[in-house]
Amino acid sequence: MHKSLDPRVNRAALDVEQQIEPLGELDQFQTFEVFHQKKRGQQHVHVGIVHAPNANMALLYAKEQYSRRGTTANLWVCPSSCVTATEYFDEDIFETTNEKTYRDPAVYKVMDRIKAYKERQGK
Amino acid sequence: MYGNAYIDPKDQKGKTVEGEDPVKLAEFEARILAGEKIEPQDWMPALYRKQLIRMIEQHAHSEIIGALPEGTWITRAPGFRRKLALMAKVQDEVGHAQLLYSAAETLGKPREDMINDLITGKSKYSNVFNYPAITWADSAIIAWLIDAGAIVNQLANSKGSYGPYCRALERICYEESFHLKYGHDNVVHLATGTAKQRQMVQEALTRWWQPIMHFFGPPDRVSVHTEVLMKWKVKMMSNDDMRQQYLDMYVPKIWDLGLELPDPNLRKNEETGKWEYTEPDWDEFKRVINGDGPCNAERLAVRRMAEEKGRWVRRAILGEDAKYSVPFA
Ligand SMILES: [Fe+2]
Ligand SMILES: [Fe+2]
Repeated sequence: MHKSLDPRVNRAALDVEQQIEPLGELDQFQTFEVFHQKKRGQQHVHVGIVHAPNANMALLYAKEQYSRRGTTANLWVCPSSCVTATEYFDEDIFETTNEKTYRDPAVYKVMDRIKAYKERQGK
Repeated sequence: MYGNAYIDPKDQKGKTVEGEDPVKLAEFEARILAGEKIEPQDWMPALYRKQLIRMIEQHAHSEIIGALPEGTWITRAPGFRRKLALMAKVQDEVGHAQLLYSAAETLGKPREDMINDLITGKSKYSNVFNYPAITWADSAIIAWLIDAGAIVNQLANSKGSYGPYCRALERICYEESFHLKYGHDNVVHLATGTAKQRQMVQEALTRWWQPIMHFFGPPDRVSVHTEVLMKWKVKMMSNDDMRQQYLDMYVPKIWDLGLELPDPNLRKNEETGKWEYTEPDWDEFKRVINGDGPCNAERLAVRRMAEEKGRWVRRAILGEDAKYSVPFA
């Protein structure tokens, strides 16, 4: 048996056989969805979740989890239960968007018409 | 570190896709074939859900247990800068565990249940963490060569089919590249140092070689089970393919430092392009993963202590109106 290097085992003399009561419901709290803004002026982007007992603690955990590297200007959190989402099986409700070409500036081509008009005018 | 799920070859339960709605199954498979991701709210076969929970959960446990052998070196790390870097690495690993628990949670298993399965020994975690890091050089070898193995595995898995797992792995892989560089820097420092330092790192490498060879798991048996998991992009590479890729990337770098590996048969066969090696002791692997390794008992004991000692604090701050709902992504 090797001698443990972990002070909790070798100095605090932790009993390694000791079992504990299992974790109960909500021991790990509820979850919050986290939104991260890299720089002022950019959109907040969903980056994941944290477990926390309340929104303030969620911000603290979100800072530790999602802003360890790079830049951060701002964080939002909201309880996961507050999100209302569309259903993936209803994805076809978005399908007609591509056909709505009249929403697209590039489909409006007037130069041909103007040119033809000018030709007819004998220019 | 390290999502190479250990699949018990004797576990016959849930190995078929029998009973699944053939129309939904076909749609599901077509989506994966088209390279699209599966999201938590999608229909999925029970076997897909079960295997993903098992794999992601084991991966999460590996991160959190993996923080322990290195964590004990924070106070002993030589110099302030190395202490800071090692603290950052250990914090990253615990952060990885949280990201992965979250990904598994979207599949319907609460984090409490996963932690209970860890601390009672029901769930597995990467076998390498059942070995001790007895010198500073061991912690350097872990940070370089165990994390390198983790990267091979995680990069493969990040191309899998389950959206939340891929997203978590993307963040994780980015941070692992720091771990690898940090570990390599420490090993190079020792390997290019005094005779004593070289000896120290050589001995650590010799100690860790077998666990490293165990890292990707036993050679895969060709089975229908594995085939279906590969088709569903749950398992992305065979254990042996990952091991080959790893050897190809790191053995030359190890030899380049003039360090020796304790396997006289280790060489690359230039004809086949494959590495040849002595099979590590797979009986030892099984013994250790089933609980009988040098550190299994203390790793779980330390987790139980952390869970138990923090419990009253968590209870005290839990809001009265707290209500659980499964996270979205
Ligand atoms: Fe990690
Ligand atoms: Fe790592």
